[in-house]
Amino acid sequence: MATLKELSKRDELFSGGHRLCSGCGIPPIVRLVLRAANGPVVATTATGCLEVGTTIYPYTAWRIPWIHSAFENAAATISGIETAYRAFKKRGKIPQDKKIKFIAFGGDGGTYDIGLQALSGALERGHNFLYLCYDNGAYMNTGIQRSGATPFGAATTTSPAGDIIPGKRETRKDLTRIVVAHNISYVAQASPHNWADLSKKAEKALQADGPSFLNVISPCPLGWYSKPEESIEAAKVAVDTCYWVLYEVESGVLKINYKPKEKKPISEWLKMQARFKHLLKPENKESLDKLQKSIDAEWERLLGLDGKFV
Amino acid sequence: MAITMIKGQVGLTGNSAIAYAMKQINPDVCAAYPITPSTQVVEEFSSYVADGKVDTEFITVESEHSAMSACIGASAAGARVMTATSSQGLALMWEMLYIASGMRLPIVLTDVNRALSAPINIHCDHSDSMGARDSGWIQIYSETVQEAYDNLFQAVRIAENEKVLLPVMVCLDGFITSHAIENISLIVDDDIKQFIGEYKAQHPLLDTDHPVTYGAMTLPDTYIEFKRQQSEAIARAKDVVSEIGKEFGNRFGREYGLMEKYKLDDAEAAIVILSSAAGTTKVAVDELRKAGKKVGILRPRLFRPFPFEEIAGALKNVKAVAVLDRADSMSGFGGPLFNEIRSALYELEKRPKVVSRIFGLGGRDYMVKDAVQVFDELLGIFKTGKIETLMKYITL
Ligand SMILES: Cc1ncc(C[n+]2csc(CCOP(=O)(O)OP(=O)(O)O)c2C)c(N)n1
Repeated sequence: MATLKELSKRDELFSGGHRLCSGCGIPPIVRLVLRAANGPVVATTATGCLEVGTTIYPYTAWRIPWIHSAFENAAATISGIETAYRAFKKRGKIPQDKKIKFIAFGGDGGTYDIGLQALSGALERGHNFLYLCYDNGAYMNTGIQRSGATPFGAATTTSPAGDIIPGKRETRKDLTRIVVAHNISYVAQASPHNWADLSKKAEKALQADGPSFLNVISPCPLGWYSKPEESIEAAKVAVDTCYWVLYEVESGVLKINYKPKEKKPISEWLKMQARFKHLLKPENKESLDKLQKSIDAEWERLLGLDGKFV
Repeated sequence: MAITMIKGQVGLTGNSAIAYAMKQINPDVCAAYPITPSTQVVEEFSSYVADGKVDTEFITVESEHSAMSACIGASAAGARVMTATSSQGLALMWEMLYIASGMRLPIVLTDVNRALSAPINIHCDHSDSMGARDSGWIQIYSETVQEAYDNLFQAVRIAENEKVLLPVMVCLDGFITSHAIENISLIVDDDIKQFIGEYKAQHPLLDTDHPVTYGAMTLPDTYIEFKRQQSEAIARAKDVVSEIGKEFGNRFGREYGLMEKYKLDDAEAAIVILSSAAGTTKVAVDELRKAGKKVGILRPRLFRPFPFEEIAGALKNVKAVAVLDRADSMSGFGGPLFNEIRSALYELEKRPKVVSRIFGLGGRDYMVKDAVQVFDELLGIFKTGKIETLMKYITL
């Protein structure tokens, strides 16, 4: 794995000056992953904050070949690009020793929800690419609407905390598990606060044989109603509460990469974000308990699988 | 399927001819999803892949939306790319059709025309491709298996022409043309290779030494300029289609223009109609001509860009015209083809009378007698100068 020093010497492929918000988790994730690629890389991005924030014409933050085509099809678009690469290799239009890596970026809306079919298809077909989902837990670009990744209880603009309904009523979809069910060679969850872990996982994912998948939690001050300067801390607390478990499934074997010495209660994470304000009120204790229970259950489940073939 | 030629001619269905043309083109990438009546194209092409007859990378995607998305990715990557679909498949691609043309990607798609649901129906009409008429794709309609086969090669040249750089849709009628066996002349592989040449993309994503950004967000300060450029490009395609149709004729003996005129020069009454139904109409014209009636046909081959000046020129001496649409625009002013034709004629000093007839939806047969009836009506209009029914459904 590349050291911080090595990583820092690599080309910056994602330029500054883009229009993503201050405190947004996406830029540090993308920069780190592109550095980890360490060689020619072509990327696509689903419609969403990353796409809009990096490309307002005539500017681009991408110093690599990059394409955005639509919202639900990042996995299908990268399938086409990667297939063209294989066709060109076969026909000698690209030198045999030239290796290009392929990455599709998508938000949780573009991945858990509208893009799930395209993702599943591309994983099943076995294209050689990394799909990276930056999970900020809602459709942020269009104004914080709930997605399948939005945590239970969170207030969004389409699951507001109202007089009768206290935020989102449904438990979030476990996309990582769905991806694991595709039996691809590398799947992992990561967080931008732990750059070493994220960077290592990106390297592994990009070296995997066939498709690989990274699900990375991405703080969003605008949508989480959190402080921009606390974004990285918020990511860390998400991991320390076991809301977001750092684990990987490599060739079918699950490994928890980080076990907090002391698992923090979920309220520690919730209180950093005003989207959960209502959940901390006494009248919503039942909801809070339900959320805590589901996190505990998932943590237990993963502990039980640690080191095992899943 | 092994194809053996007899005296230069071979009996092929439309689908087999398209699959065979795709084999001869041997694109870099093909991404497709099955749907009746175009499924056979995908099946036969996958056999060519499996048997090593082509070295195309074939992606069996999980939907038509992904088929077009993968075509877009591959085309932006620099590949020569093809696909085929019908009906619901084209409808599912709809979002991506606009993105393919907006990004100026020369993808070639065969649309085997089929009605759109509901009610679900697998047979021919043009509602699928007419629904995509404003998507920025060049649209060429084929009357016969031979023409569909020939059109596919020309489509590659038109799409990749540097004055154009736009996707092209070659349409043929579901079942009527796709499943009917016709004796056609095949062109030998080497001649095809020479005719289509190599494709070299101008800004491929795979040229990692020269990174480009595709699909940037535009605001009101630039979007309209992009659209104007695109509009000018598709307008330029008209001459390119003519040039390539001529060149094709010089090389292979079958010349193609923007439209086909059948006994139109001295016609008093004419039917304007697309694709295979023109063949049926020709039989009616021949019969009526024998009886001394001056009738003819205009069959547009190129529908997008719409050659409105040439069409107006071709119809200017006709007195009564019926435009037969195999699609309805549901309370638009007549069918989609009628709309364009009638509008094209507006600038003429002396305009023919023009009526709209919707026919053959969902594969309903259109017979010689139906065409004869329309001509009889037109001759009546010619005599009286009066239109009784401007718009109506026929073949009911
Ligand atoms: C087919 C389609 N439906 C809806 C939209 C509108 N839309 C654009 S981005 C977006 C939300 C993106 O959410 P997510 O994937 O979570 O990414 P984020 O905005 O958080 O970066 C939506 C709903 C669209 N562009 N295309």
